[in-house]
Amino acid sequence: MAEIRNFTMNFGPQHPSAHGVLRLVLEMDGETIERADPHIGLLHRGTEKLAETKPYNQSIGYMDRLDYVSMMCNEHGYVLAIEKLLNIEVPERAQYIRVMFDEITRILNHCLWLGAHALDIGAMTVFLYCFREREDLMDIYEAVSGARLHATYYRPGGVYRDLPERMPQYEASKWHSEREVKKKNADRQGSVLDFLWQFSERFPQYVDEYETLLTDNRIWKQRTVNIGVVSPERALQLGFTGPMLRGSGVEWDLRKKQPYEVYDKLDFDIPVGVNGDCYDRYLVRVEEMRQSNRIIRQCVQWLRNNPGPVMLENHKVTPPQREEMKGDMESLIHHFLLFTEGYQVPPGEVYAAVEHPKGEFGCYIVSDGANKPYRLKVRAPGFAHLASLDEMTKGHMLADVVSILGTQDIVFGEVDR
Amino acid sequence: MANMEQMLLKRLNDDFADVVESITCGVGDEVTAVVRADAIKSLCAELRDRADYSFEQLIDLCAVDYLEYTGEKCDPAKRFAVVYHLLSIKHNQRLRLKVYISEEQPSVDSVLEVWRCADWFEREAYDLFGVLFYGHPDLRRLLTDYGFIGHPFRKDFPISGHVEMRFDPEKNRVVYEPVSIEPRVLVPRKYHEDNRYLGKGEEVNNG
Repeated sequence: MAEIRNFTMNFGPQHPSAHGVLRLVLEMDGETIERADPHIGLLHRGTEKLAETKPYNQSIGYMDRLDYVSMMCNEHGYVLAIEKLLNIEVPERAQYIRVMFDEITRILNHCLWLGAHALDIGAMTVFLYCFREREDLMDIYEAVSGARLHATYYRPGGVYRDLPERMPQYEASKWHSEREVKKKNADRQGSVLDFLWQFSERFPQYVDEYETLLTDNRIWKQRTVNIGVVSPERALQLGFTGPMLRGSGVEWDLRKKQPYEVYDKLDFDIPVGVNGDCYDRYLVRVEEMRQSNRIIRQCVQWLRNNPGPVMLENHKVTPPQREEMKGDMESLIHHFLLFTEGYQVPPGEVYAAVEHPKGEFGCYIVSDGANKPYRLKVRAPGFAHLASLDEMTKGHMLADVVSILGTQDIVFGEVDR
Repeated sequence: MANMEQMLLKRLNDDFADVVESITCGVGDEVTAVVRADAIKSLCAELRDRADYSFEQLIDLCAVDYLEYTGEKCDPAKRFAVVYHLLSIKHNQRLRLKVYISEEQPSVDSVLEVWRCADWFEREAYDLFGVLFYGHPDLRRLLTDYGFIGHPFRKDFPISGHVEMRFDPEKNRVVYEPVSIEPRVLVPRKYHEDNRYLGKGEEVNNG
């Protein structure tokens, strides 16, 4: 009889369902995975070391580029850590704005995740649907920060500026007629909050559409049910957080358990899975989108009724108003110092974590009293999740690797940092 | 100061006085325990298994290089620190453990057997700082390039690195050469005497 040997297969680093630059060395027995060895670091940019060479505020932009599909949540983790070190309190309106944008980001992230995951498994339409909704939300990003993706909107002490009163409009061009543009601008006549409110009224139906396509879909269930099952005990051992942990049935959400900003004043539920397979994690994330929508609606209502400052009035940390600078010597000095050397942060070490769409995103900052962090460590949820790939794929078929990679919601910006 | 953190601090002090060098409750009520290097693994196992602690999760593990902390040369016996962030789901509590290790022998016992997820965190710390973890079954580099030399997150490793890479059309392969850029500092590191952060009774020296 012919001798049968295991063979090694190389998956990636350029593979459409590797979700970025993952090189996976798979040891296969026929079509069954014996061992998976992910090689990461192809997108390693040394963010943490770069942050050590720059004043605190200049690294906020780097945080966007960690997990580049949930930008503002990364900023939030970093900014919270600095605020904890400085011991400053953010105005309430800014806290609501942050929470609102965290939830917008969660929907953005889950939409991309759902689209890409479904596409990997063979459902093309969901991808197109999800991107339709992402477009509206990215317009909101753009309206407040000027950038669709890398916003740099959160600052220690608040957010960069208040929500604009007017939503940017489309303009007619060679390709888009006057009539077309008018139709597109129809729901953009009010403020950003009005636009978001209208979106939040539509959004539950959109989620229903996704669910119609997937939840009872026979192929979808064949590809996800009982694939990559993780027991609650193993999930804790493997350092899972976020939807990965909740999919395994552990009820743990930092927004509820260790509330930051104004999450304790908001009403929302935490979905928890039962079986810990890919299908349950899918259900958890879909429900999270609905809950995020609920949170957004509560924030919009609060923000409409409560105008106020969005940035701390402590000019040692936050820049003064432009007009003040023109007439006031002290404001000018504050501005100059802030933008040339930044602010000093008292010595100490902090760890601040937020419930990022992917799990627990934490920043550990060691400060020695200078204007730059002495050491910044970013705790990325995807890092721990990807590390478990070997255990999760063992004994599965090759095609299931794609399902499992998808369910882990891997983004290489944060895994490699 | 929050009550729960104080309780944790006191309990740790009572239960593990022989292995814990110091415990502090720092900024934001975070409890930090400095642990003797030889005791870390047994302590971690106990913190995980004892019902009154039950730190089921290792949230993060990283190394810190204290070479130029506050701008002064550090004690070579305490150059590196390995920092563990633990989380107890049961008690909703966090704890930070710290182990100081020397420049000469930067090694500590691996906690992989206690928490499986320590695997990649330890590989990363080895890769970036050159900290060795005894008992780790597969201590390979993780983030840096294949065949990389040095440990890039150490403070004596320049931000611009030592080598640069380009494609050589003559040799028809990628070649490594010494870097051609000078390291530069855009904003210098500054320490100010600042009376905002002083305790009561202390005075600023503006001399």
